[in-house]
Amino acid sequence: MGKQTPLYQQHLDANGKIVDFGGWDMPIHYGSQLQEHNVVREDAGMFDVSHMTIVDITGPEALAYLQKILANDVSKLGFTGKALYTGMLNEEGGVIDDLIVYKMEGWYRTVVNCGTREKDLAWMNKQIESFDATLTERPELAMVAVQGPNAIEKVKQVRTEQAALISELKVFQGLPVGEWFYARTGYTGEDGLEIIVPAAEVAEFWDALIAAGVAPTGLGARDTLRLEAGMNLYGNDMDDSISPLQAGMGWTIAWEPADRDFIGRKALEAQKAAGIPSKLVGIVLETRGVMRSHQKVVVDLGEGVQGEGEITSGTFSPTLQHSIAMARVPYDTGSECNIEMRGKLIPARVVKMPFVRNGKKVFE
Amino acid sequence: MSNIPAELKYVESHEWLRKEEDGTITVGITDFAQAALGDVVFVELPEVGAEVEADEDIAVVESVKAASDIYAPIAGKIVAVNEELVDAPEKTNEDPYGDAWFFRMEPASADDYDSLMTADEYAAKCD
Repeated sequence: MGKQTPLYQQHLDANGKIVDFGGWDMPIHYGSQLQEHNVVREDAGMFDVSHMTIVDITGPEALAYLQKILANDVSKLGFTGKALYTGMLNEEGGVIDDLIVYKMEGWYRTVVNCGTREKDLAWMNKQIESFDATLTERPELAMVAVQGPNAIEKVKQVRTEQAALISELKVFQGLPVGEWFYARTGYTGEDGLEIIVPAAEVAEFWDALIAAGVAPTGLGARDTLRLEAGMNLYGNDMDDSISPLQAGMGWTIAWEPADRDFIGRKALEAQKAAGIPSKLVGIVLETRGVMRSHQKVVVDLGEGVQGEGEITSGTFSPTLQHSIAMARVPYDTGSECNIEMRGKLIPARVVKMPFVRNGKKVFE
Repeated sequence: MSNIPAELKYVESHEWLRKEEDGTITVGITDFAQAALGDVVFVELPEVGAEVEADEDIAVVESVKAASDIYAPIAGKIVAVNEELVDAPEKTNEDPYGDAWFFRMEPASADDYDSLMTADEYAAKCD
């Protein structure tokens, strides 16, 4: 038996099919992954993301510390509640993890992946030694993501006393209310909130959301939703050996100010100067079949030269009704490729991600 | 608990078989198999008229999770396939023993059917 979140009983009550997820017993679906996916695209669904790791950084040098360990620049966060997506890199420029940082009142909150918790904490603890700052994990906090076009309205119905505050949140902003924290962020390509809740109060909150018509949604739909939205999954689409420049995360690197010496900067500069060897692209397969991770991608690089890549994440897109994937391919890959599936080469198209945003197809 | 109708025969690759009045055999995948696969999104069926060997992979069922081969449970000739399933693969999850039959075969030997697993024997395999 793995670790259980404070919502474990709620998952059983909703007929959740429980699987191991990074050492946690989590619901993969509650009956139909496809229906749960569609509910998030059309109405409102909720995910238990309490397995994710919340780490607070306090102390006079909290900002300087984060400016050292993160590729994006936390000093861009202009006011309390503002959030930033960033990679945390090793000296070689590889991605140790991707995370969100929220600016709080004089301190910072980060949310990192559960599958990378131990190595993240080991790295963060090692780097903090030279700073006057403190790292505190918050296992007593649970987290629920409520996502979909009607998600925010339904949360407001349940948390009426906070409705005014929630209405004021702009995209990628959050605000604390006591130990609760409401953030307009997510991993689905829909509008919605990620809400941090004291573990003791989260079951009641979940039940109230169900009563308001929010559907429990499993990790299976979370994966198809994030892939449609063109959002990376750590461990699939990037890892310690892949730089953000090779993972579609170039926009999360803050090169200015030029004297901010974040960990990995020198390696990224060297990679840029030498030529980036590969890139992460979107692929669509409009015929039958489903692309899966680790399948080989064959590309024509011109003048009879063939190159090879690999699917990093692949699935059936319930919104588009055909397969979509992310793949790491040679940097000079054009708009066409072939996927090796079940012993055959199947032609597919390279497209600009995301695939779906706010319920609609977006690529050409 | 998965549904395992008593009147059908079964093979270890989680297909069910039903003997029709005309002696042909209808084949589909079991409730246990559809639940393990999750939502089915594509189905590929064999060619009508194909002569197949037992255990030959002749069809594919692809779910949100994985692609799985479907094997000929016995030797024989494919005499019909369920074209409607290709357009509505979700029926595999909704009605595995009814609307979601995959193909119908003329068995090479009438005895092959009788020697397959009964519902009780198959149920023991699914525990």
